[in-house]
Amino acid sequence: MSESTWEIVIGLEVHVQLRTRTKVFASVPWGFGEEPNEQVDPVVLGLPGTLPVVNRAAVEQAILFGLVVDATIPERCAWDRKNYFYPDNPKNYQLTQKDFPVTLGGQVEIELPGPSRNVMGEHKSIRLHHAHLEEDVGKLSHSGSGSLVDYNRAGVPLLEIVTEPDLRSATEAAAFLNALVTMLTQAGVADCDMEKGQLRCDANVSVRRLGDTQLGTRTETKNLNSISGVRDCIQYEAARQIRELEEGRKITQETRGWNAVNARGYVLRDKEDAHDYRYFPDPDIPTLKISRATVERLQKLVPERPFHRQRRYMEKLGLPYTSASVLIADKALADWFEAAVMAYPKNPSGIANWVVNDLLRDLSVVTTAVDSFSETTPIKVSLADCRIKPAQLAGLVKITDEGVISKQQAKEVFAEMFRTGQEAGDIVNAKGLRQNSDAGELEKIIQEVIADPAVAKSIAEYRAGNEKAINALKGPIMKRTQGKANPAMIDQLLRKHLG
Amino acid sequence: MDKSQFLVWLMTNPDMSDALHLLSATEIAQRLQAGTLTSRALVDALLARYHALNKKVGAFTYLAEPDVIAQAEASDLRRKQGKALGPLDGIPVAIKDNIAVKGQPLTCSSKMLAKLISPYDAHVIEALRAAGAIIYGRLNMDEFAMGSSTENSALQKTYNPWDLARIPGGSSGGSAAALAAGLVPLALGSDTGGSIRQPASHCGVVGLKPTYGLISRYGLVAFASSLDQIGPMARSIDDCELLLNALATPDARDMTCFDKEQRTSLPPVAVNQLRIGIPRGILDKGVGQEVAAATRAAIDFYRSQGATIVEVDLPSSDLAVPTYYVVATAEASSNLARYDGVRYGHRSAQATTPVEMMTLSRSEGFGPEVKRRILLGTFVLSAGYADAYYVRALRARSKILSEHLAALEKVDVILTPTVPTPAFKAGEKISDPLQLYLEDIFTIPANLAGLPALSVPCGKSQHLPVGFHLVGAPLSEKKLFAASRVFEAAHSYRHQQAPL
Repeated sequence: MSESTWEIVIGLEVHVQLRTRTKVFASVPWGFGEEPNEQVDPVVLGLPGTLPVVNRAAVEQAILFGLVVDATIPERCAWDRKNYFYPDNPKNYQLTQKDFPVTLGGQVEIELPGPSRNVMGEHKSIRLHHAHLEEDVGKLSHSGSGSLVDYNRAGVPLLEIVTEPDLRSATEAAAFLNALVTMLTQAGVADCDMEKGQLRCDANVSVRRLGDTQLGTRTETKNLNSISGVRDCIQYEAARQIRELEEGRKITQETRGWNAVNARGYVLRDKEDAHDYRYFPDPDIPTLKISRATVERLQKLVPERPFHRQRRYMEKLGLPYTSASVLIADKALADWFEAAVMAYPKNPSGIANWVVNDLLRDLSVVTTAVDSFSETTPIKVSLADCRIKPAQLAGLVKITDEGVISKQQAKEVFAEMFRTGQEAGDIVNAKGLRQNSDAGELEKIIQEVIADPAVAKSIAEYRAGNEKAINALKGPIMKRTQGKANPAMIDQLLRKHLG
Repeated sequence: MDKSQFLVWLMTNPDMSDALHLLSATEIAQRLQAGTLTSRALVDALLARYHALNKKVGAFTYLAEPDVIAQAEASDLRRKQGKALGPLDGIPVAIKDNIAVKGQPLTCSSKMLAKLISPYDAHVIEALRAAGAIIYGRLNMDEFAMGSSTENSALQKTYNPWDLARIPGGSSGGSAAALAAGLVPLALGSDTGGSIRQPASHCGVVGLKPTYGLISRYGLVAFASSLDQIGPMARSIDDCELLLNALATPDARDMTCFDKEQRTSLPPVAVNQLRIGIPRGILDKGVGQEVAAATRAAIDFYRSQGATIVEVDLPSSDLAVPTYYVVATAEASSNLARYDGVRYGHRSAQATTPVEMMTLSRSEGFGPEVKRRILLGTFVLSAGYADAYYVRALRARSKILSEHLAALEKVDVILTPTVPTPAFKAGEKISDPLQLYLEDIFTIPANLAGLPALSVPCGKSQHLPVGFHLVGAPLSEKKLFAASRVFEAAHSYRHQQAPL
């Protein structure tokens, strides 16, 4: 197999459960982990005589998504019926948007892995074709004695995000999904919890010889429910197609499934067995007008795009790539960081270091016994519960920069701050950590240390021109001040006394 | 009124007889209010008549007597306490069996739903309960409202009270027959292509298909969602309007139902200001002689009252029946897909897999006309055929709408016969669906265009009732009522009693 002479072309259809309290056409709430068929009502079950009523919150979430990805929000959207029979489909048709989707176009910026962890990879823009709203279906399971169906998931609002065939590798597909999940969660549009099936993906894959302009015959693999699954499936399917073509066979347009356990794809149905969904406009839901006032209101909720933020942190705030990347992945963390920078704008990198290294480390440490925390239940502290507030961290960085405490002391102050939520200054005072900047007292100590015969050799070397030899004198001085001395002042006074 | 006035009124009022079953709802309301009649007494009389006649007529498929009596007694108690809820309080309204009533069967006269008990009330039922009306029994119909003779019911036959050898019309045949037989003063029907107006005409009662969107469809089992409307049926115009007023309230559960701001009804027009449009050549198209004569007599009457009669052109009306049978069956094929035996309804005992269960349940549960329409609707939506059938039908539909709206700019109402011929004999057309589909030739355009349309008794063809049909602009129900009230007042068709 010679993959280097082939180009892989991938388009994704991503199904995301939108974050809403109630279902898309019924006023019944939805969530994960309820007993089967608890989250149903006559509308969800499709009882005779029931009618769908569009949940405006779901439409607004879809519009918000569109604004996040710079899509066009049309003046109106409409629903169609997709007709097919299956026991998990309560009406045996699914309400979806075929001709008038809620968003058109748009793009998602992705970042490919760099040559190393510390080096930023290539950025690419993946175009979206559209995104449309539809309803999720229930779940059918087979037991020894028969088949069981749970309609809790039926009617959960789904946004189907359809890309253009812009992705060229499994890695790009994974990067796209990561970027999409970041944008969806940061905008509050969806939680994208893949463990709970909140994000599922269909992958359309074809291959062609490098340089060909015509797309090859594609296959569609349905219902991939993890990013690694998408990556593995695309690698498998592209390799399969290349092997088929190289061995002189043709690719059949077919719908495929993916077995994540043995990492193999299989044929679900070929083109001849393809469903005729008999789409037609749903007569129960009138065309929905999307007012410009609604769009403007939602525009205000659009958060800064993650990679825009990354560029700003690197270019305007001077952060290294690694810190910037850690921060942008978590909107709350990045917002926290920015609040600290607002309080002390002089040293964003210093603040970022504390956030990315110390704060994240301590937040991830399982806490067992502080005050109200139960001793038996370990609790991971979330940023919202964190006792250090952004301005307090800013204060710590400030007094460190100003030389009030040393970097070593700052670590101690941070630990105390994390535990108690006290101000840096209060901790410094209470612990008597203030750096000693009293020249008179320090000069006395310096004179005593210089007089010590044990350091005579170092003094002689320094005077002979060895700059580094002066450092050997600083340790004993710092020791005698119990670490409170200001290192800069020690250096300055030493040089004066050694002449 | 005081006692002496009351006695004078009693002696001069011809309806003040023991024949409570012949009273109009309006008259019942007056008596209940005057304290000369109780709801309980009325219900007792109607139940006695039900026991005497329902087997003969076959109008009702279900009647829960204890529940009906309890509702009547509750109404009488409210009235006694001065808490009567309005003019309908204590008056029975019978319900077509495709409108959901909590705790009662919702069979749609189909084997598929024969054992279904509705867990909820339709919007119209909530509205009737709020008005104090008594929810009174369930009425036979063509299976899933597909038919024009009620012969497609899988439950029982219904007979025309004017001639028991004949059909009552359909699909709201049970509703029309119950009214004509004096089994109930008011009834609900539903109308997708004429299902209220055609049986009303055949049974000599009044039936309105309201403007699409005026009455919530929440709780009406869908046949063709873009055409279906629930409507009032009664023995007089006043009663029909009384019932409509209780039903036509906003409902957020039906997105196609008008909200409060959209309910801007057109005012009535005095008869000497009335402009009546007659579609050119309408009486030449297979209309029975006596039906044509009765229609001409009605036109002459209006002319004599000072109305202006003008001919109107509706060139696309010829497309109405084929357009209807594409649009309605397409929607029906999708609407009826949910009956698969998985969640409720008939479930085949023969199946071994879930998919087989769905197939067999549907094969066993649906009758031949329903299957015919599902197959037709599936075909017209299929890939490769949808453009030739469904998409073209939508274009014809919008043409029919624009022609009607243009005509209704020039006239207040369009008058035609309701049905070309009177009620036919049972079994006469059941094997000839195309002939049967022509029963709705005059009624279908109002559904395609979403316009209000009323059937009013206007004479006889031999011993069988005949009705005329008025179509108006959207929300012109008051105009239709006012125009037909003039006719009704001058003729003796009101409360005409079928010779049972």
